[in-house]
Amino acid sequence: MVNGKRLLVIIPALNEAGSIADVVREIRGELPGVDVLVVDDGSADRTAAVAVAAGARVARLPYNLGVGGAMRLGYRYAHDHDYDVAVQIDADGQHDPRYVPKLVDLLDDYDLVIGARFAGEGDYAVRGPRRWAMGMLSVVLSGLAGTTLTDTTSGFRAANRRMIEMFARWYPAEYLGDTVETLVHAARRGYRIQQVPVAMRRRMAGTPSHSPAKAMIYLGRALAVLTLALIRR
Amino acid sequence: MKLTLVTGLTGLVLLATIVELLRRRQLREKYGMLWLGLLFVVIPLSLFPRLLDGVADLVGVASGVSLVLFLGIVFLLLVCIHLSWEVSALEEETRTLAEEFALLRAEVEADRAERTQQQELVGRDG
Ligand SMILES: Nc1nc2c(ncn2[C@@H]2O[C@H](COP(=O)(O)OP(=O)(O)OP(=O)(O)O)[C@@H](O)[C@H]2O)c(=O)[nH]1
Ligand SMILES: [Mg+2]
Repeated sequence: MVNGKRLLVIIPALNEAGSIADVVREIRGELPGVDVLVVDDGSADRTAAVAVAAGARVARLPYNLGVGGAMRLGYRYAHDHDYDVAVQIDADGQHDPRYVPKLVDLLDDYDLVIGARFAGEGDYAVRGPRRWAMGMLSVVLSGLAGTTLTDTTSGFRAANRRMIEMFARWYPAEYLGDTVETLVHAARRGYRIQQVPVAMRRRMAGTPSHSPAKAMIYLGRALAVLTLALIRR
Repeated sequence: MKLTLVTGLTGLVLLATIVELLRRRQLREKYGMLWLGLLFVVIPLSLFPRLLDGVADLVGVASGVSLVLFLGIVFLLLVCIHLSWEVSALEEETRTLAEEFALLRAEVEADRAERTQQQELVGRDG
């Protein structure tokens, strides 16, 4: 329970055995009474076993569906079990659960609250094409949502009942779909979106999914995904 | 002139079809991008078939048009190979799903058998 609401934390995880236990324990320590669902997306390591030992519920997918596929499963779980709030947190320990109450506080007036970097708090920085891509996404999506969104690809999000209901039905599994396309879709349908500045920490273990060499491709694909999301209904 | 009209129109109709399929979410991003990319090559060529004559000369093909035909066939073959690859991946996934399902069923049935056995024991004793 956070602010009198039943809360589910959804953690999409792929090969995060090195950090998942600490992440789950920290969440359960900082936010007593919340339920934690780890969606293990076909990991080759002991992610699922480690997460169960740390006190999380674990849903194991038989093969990799990507973050989007894992998150729809999480939102369906939240919807079926009648949670008031679903919070998405990364398994690598970059998101600080102490910000969760701040996000949840805003869910009375907003449907989707994003924990955002580059909004004053913390000193996380990216450079080069990846930064241009993020800047472009930020400008377009801020316009659509009618509010400033500095970190549209953030995987730190809180959703209220209205939003959970929509995400349980519809959540894209395509590249960047779990972040960019869901924002376009939600903003267009009149869901209210807001962001809260957060500081981002370093990964605890494992390897980041994006290497600097892929930054240029990332920019191209981000453009394509955004264009597509904008012409789609 | 007439030919240019026919080929150009065909290209535009194909473009409209793909965009509409993408808009309706009937086509995954990766395939949509593939076909869109192709059309951005094909449409200019259908309007100006002579565009490739220079390149054709360079590789020893008599005319740009035959070069386009050749490249078209190569491209279609590549698409076929890609689709076979995708289908193989899908088959592997359904196989994994079927196994998962069978394992779950075995577990549920073992569970049920154990429970009825326990109930019978309790019934006999009590
Ligand atoms: N379910 C699922 N989760 C994934 C997959 N790939 C990555 N993740 C998880 O998604 C979260 C974010 O992944 P990261 O690799 O940290 O991506 P990021 O935070 O955008 O990038 P970094 O700045 O490099 O950390 C982590 O919890 C990963 O375990 C996947 O294919 N399936
Ligand atoms: Mg990360």
